[in-house]
Amino acid sequence: MAQERLSMVVFSGTLDKLMPVGILASGAVAMGLEVNIFLTFWGLLAFRKGAAQSLPISKEYEAMAEQMKQIMAEKKVPSFLDNLRTAKELGNVKVYACGMTMDLFGLKLEDLEDVVDGVVGVGEFITTAKEGKMTLFI
Amino acid sequence: MADKVIDARGSFCPGPMMELIRAVKEAKVGETIAVLSTDSGSKRDIPLWVQKAGHELVGVIEHEGYDEIVVRKLR
Repeated sequence: MAQERLSMVVFSGTLDKLMPVGILASGAVAMGLEVNIFLTFWGLLAFRKGAAQSLPISKEYEAMAEQMKQIMAEKKVPSFLDNLRTAKELGNVKVYACGMTMDLFGLKLEDLEDVVDGVVGVGEFITTAKEGKMTLFI
Repeated sequence: MADKVIDARGSFCPGPMMELIRAVKEAKVGETIAVLSTDSGSKRDIPLWVQKAGHELVGVIEHEGYDEIVVRKLR
C-alpha cells in the first residue's frame, strides 16, 4: 500500500495561520502519514531566516493580536518552526519552496530557515499531492 | 511503575504526544512509558496513536488536574 500523505499549500504568512501548519504536520506524522508542504508567496516569505520572530496576525483577527502573542509567550507554546522540526525528526516531512516565488523575490535556499528542504515547481508539488488523499490550502 | 516517566504537563497539543513518540522510539521493546499531560487533546490522541503504531495502552489514569497515560512498547 502506498504511504498515506497530507499535502499543504502554505500561502499565508501570518502567525495565526502558520501555527496550524506545524500542528497539523505533527498530527499527520503521529498518525503515520507523510507530509508534503509547498510554501508560496507570503507563506514562503515567512520562512526567510529570522522572519518568524516578527510575523503579523491576520487582519480579521487583529484585535486579538496582542492577547494571542502574550498567551503564547506566557504558556511557552512552541513556534511553528519548532513544531515542524519535531515533526521532521519523528516522521517523513518535506518542506519545499515555490520556485516562482523564489525567483520573484530573488531568494536562494540559503536565505530560508533550515526546515526548508529544497525548491520545486508547482508541477512537481501537484504530482506529489495528487497521490495523497488530503490537500489543504492555508 | 513505568520504566520511564515523561512530564509533559503544561505542554500543548501535540506536545505530549510528540514527546511520547520520541521516548517510545528510544525505548526497548517491552518497556513501559508514562506521559503526564494537562492537554485535553492528548488524552484522545495518544490512545489513537498507540493503536496505529501497534503498541499497548496500559492505562489512562486521571489524577487531580492532569492525566497519566501509560504505554508499553511492543515492536
